[in-house]
Amino acid sequence: MTTPCCSRRAEDHHCASVVIDALDLSYGARQVLRRVTMTVPPCGVTAIIGPSGCGKSSLLCAINRLTDLIPGCRVSGTVRVGETSIYDAGTDLIELRRRVGMVFQKPNPFPLSIRRNIELPLRETGIRDKACLAEATERVLRDVGLFAEVKDRLDQPALRLSGGQQQRLCIARALVLEPRIILFDEPCSALDPIASAVVEELIAGLRGSYTVLIVTHNLAQARRIADQVGLFWVMEDAGELVEFGEREAFFEHPQHDLTKAYLSGAKG
Amino acid sequence: MTTVDRILLWVIRALAAVSGVLVLLVSGFLILGAIPALRHVGATRFLLDPSWHPADPSTRATFGMLPMIVGSLAATLGAIVLVGPIGLASAIYCRFYAPAAVARWYRRIIELLAGIPSVVYGFWGLVFLVPLVMRLRPPGQCLLSGILILTFMILPTMSLIADAALGTVPAEILRGAAALGLGRWTIVRRVAMPACRSGLCTALILSTGRAIGETMVVLMVCGNVARMPRSVMDPVRTLTANIALELAYAQGDHRSALFVTGGLLLVLVLALVLSAELISGGRIHE
Amino acid sequence: MSEGGTHTDARLVLARLPRGRGEWVVSWLLAGTAASVVSVFLCILASLLHRGMSGLTLDFLLGVVRDAGRSGGIGPIIVSTLWILGVCLLAALPVGLGTAILLAEFSASDGMLGKVVRISLDVLAGVPSIVFALFGNAFFCIYLGFGFSILAGGMTLACMVLPFWIRAAELSLRAVPNDYRLAAAALGMSRHRLITRILLPTAAPGLLAGLVLVVGRALSETAPLLLTSGYVTRMPGSVYDSGRSLAVHIYDLSMNVPGGEANAASASLVLVVLLVVLNSGMTWLSERFLHGRVLQV
Repeated sequence: MTTPCCSRRAEDHHCASVVIDALDLSYGARQVLRRVTMTVPPCGVTAIIGPSGCGKSSLLCAINRLTDLIPGCRVSGTVRVGETSIYDAGTDLIELRRRVGMVFQKPNPFPLSIRRNIELPLRETGIRDKACLAEATERVLRDVGLFAEVKDRLDQPALRLSGGQQQRLCIARALVLEPRIILFDEPCSALDPIASAVVEELIAGLRGSYTVLIVTHNLAQARRIADQVGLFWVMEDAGELVEFGEREAFFEHPQHDLTKAYLSGAKG
Repeated sequence: MTTVDRILLWVIRALAAVSGVLVLLVSGFLILGAIPALRHVGATRFLLDPSWHPADPSTRATFGMLPMIVGSLAATLGAIVLVGPIGLASAIYCRFYAPAAVARWYRRIIELLAGIPSVVYGFWGLVFLVPLVMRLRPPGQCLLSGILILTFMILPTMSLIADAALGTVPAEILRGAAALGLGRWTIVRRVAMPACRSGLCTALILSTGRAIGETMVVLMVCGNVARMPRSVMDPVRTLTANIALELAYAQGDHRSALFVTGGLLLVLVLALVLSAELISGGRIHE
Repeated sequence: MSEGGTHTDARLVLARLPRGRGEWVVSWLLAGTAASVVSVFLCILASLLHRGMSGLTLDFLLGVVRDAGRSGGIGPIIVSTLWILGVCLLAALPVGLGTAILLAEFSASDGMLGKVVRISLDVLAGVPSIVFALFGNAFFCIYLGFGFSILAGGMTLACMVLPFWIRAAELSLRAVPNDYRLAAAALGMSRHRLITRILLPTAAPGLLAGLVLVVGRALSETAPLLLTSGYVTRMPGSVYDSGRSLAVHIYDLSMNVPGGEANAASASLVLVVLLVVLNSGMTWLSERFLHGRVLQV
């Protein structure tokens, strides 16, 4: 039973693809990404793996233009989210960031109540009706498996939740805007193993409804949940995309020497 | 521990004891000075007497402090009502709206303003603001002038403390808010400000304490008439100005009454500082 | 972002956050507020310069006070001010440094004393200046019999600045890396050597910043000096003489001397310039050596 007023999906409900073409990213004089070209297929889970410092997180920030907020950051090349090239002049950043959701490595709920954490972004889209908001809140909390645990304390501070619960809350908060793509930046690395497993299962469950792009250090995790996998590596002081392909092919028959070495644990 | 170490430790302990005892000394002399008036005049007369004429021969002397209490409260309240929003707006502009170069210079200007002594603010009030107010309605030295100059004087401090409070909002919260497509003002109003609420409250409370305790500005621009003001354009005298004006020549119970005034001020300001410490949960001055 | 922590702590360029619909009103209001604040600053500056710039001559700085201050200079005033400052520093610096050393280096073993001292200093920092005027008048002028004198004024100021000096000194001492203390202990160095040879020299820049802060505060205070060091405009002969500070002179010229505005403006310029130089020096010092921790409130 859906309440149409709360659903934004009516307009463009299908998950979007991300096409990156010749992306260069640098912080001041230091180049972080060099000529990255890749296509993230819609509605699937794509994992990006690689050692620390090769620009994986920066890549995510380039997709929702959070790079704008970093002093001295320069981005060149093209990034298309769905049909829109997001680095064109006149791009509506607010609309972009509603379409592209992001979950960070360290859970960052607002210092507000659980309910307000979820309602705040939704209110900004213009939805003010209390019944709508409550219904949407419950829906996303159920989606992340948190509703049963918190339904009696929705008005209590979100910061009182455990790490795993906070991260699920952040995911719910991202989901409530019904984005077409969700970016995950090592979402499980700050969590204990049990919470990590719960979040991982949750992410896998998003397949089909959202395009998921996840940066992870955990090869086994990539193997478990990804449809496509990309390996990044630092080549000549900047990160580059070394290999990209279907999960089976990537893990069973890696093409690049680096990939073979990385997967066998010899390097990185 | 060598002997020299032991001696050093005792010297240091003695010096620290001097620091510790100082506050007792100050309050002690304040109380000592106030006791005669409290005994001879009685606390209720300070509030109920019809006027302030403590130097009149003893049977006709009156000690009504109410006009000065109202003067202090009115000036402080007026200043805080203005300083709160303006100081906050200034801090928000500096942190969230100004381009980096502008923000640097703006902060420098605010720091310069914060360094100007109150007597110079008072002087500027006398030569610039008071003539302007006088054109509205003479005399120019009145409650309104006092409120305005007090506002200008406290504004830099409020702005700086609020700015520091806004700076404690973790970047990851702001990043998360931006990633959710929240607009800049929404982030400021609904994420950043609630996150540093206690710091902002502390800023306001400390500013209030400064306003109540201020002497020179109100001495110079408020008119110093010890009568109950009926509008903002009337001259007033504050508790602080009262002490500054009369202490030099006051005798006996009159002088003692001024110590009572000082004690009242001390209690008020300390109550404010205490609540600021409670709200911020620890040291306010970093 | 997990890139080796390089950008997790960086300041964000918040001015590049996008504005929502209808937020332009807020933006204009905020910019307008900032512009008004800057105008007030310029107005004050203009007032002072307009009235006082022409009178700012060497004669003014060094000459004697004539005609109740309407003409002549501020030579004796400057001398009195420096003497008052001298008394204040002589009294406050040693006491404050000793207290700061206790709080920073010995507070574990002296728990009770340290706690009491800290609380009483916090209270002292909150006391309004006019109450110090009352105290100074009652204690230094009358009880100790100094009368209206530079000595009484300086001692009163010393009481006022003590909490801030101690805060700054304690911060500077705490900023000295613990490695030095551990190394000294491992070498069997005695406590007093550690303090005099290592801690104090290392903390010196921060202490200097604190000193500058204290001098700035002392120069700005007017009310306490009005009631403890008096009004005399003659060149002082000893610390028992009465003498007025620069701030008191400005007050007197503004309020009690008709026609004294010009010289009041010139004197204000001198005072403000002095304070600006001091404050800039302090900011520079505390940014370089204390990471900006000493806030001049």
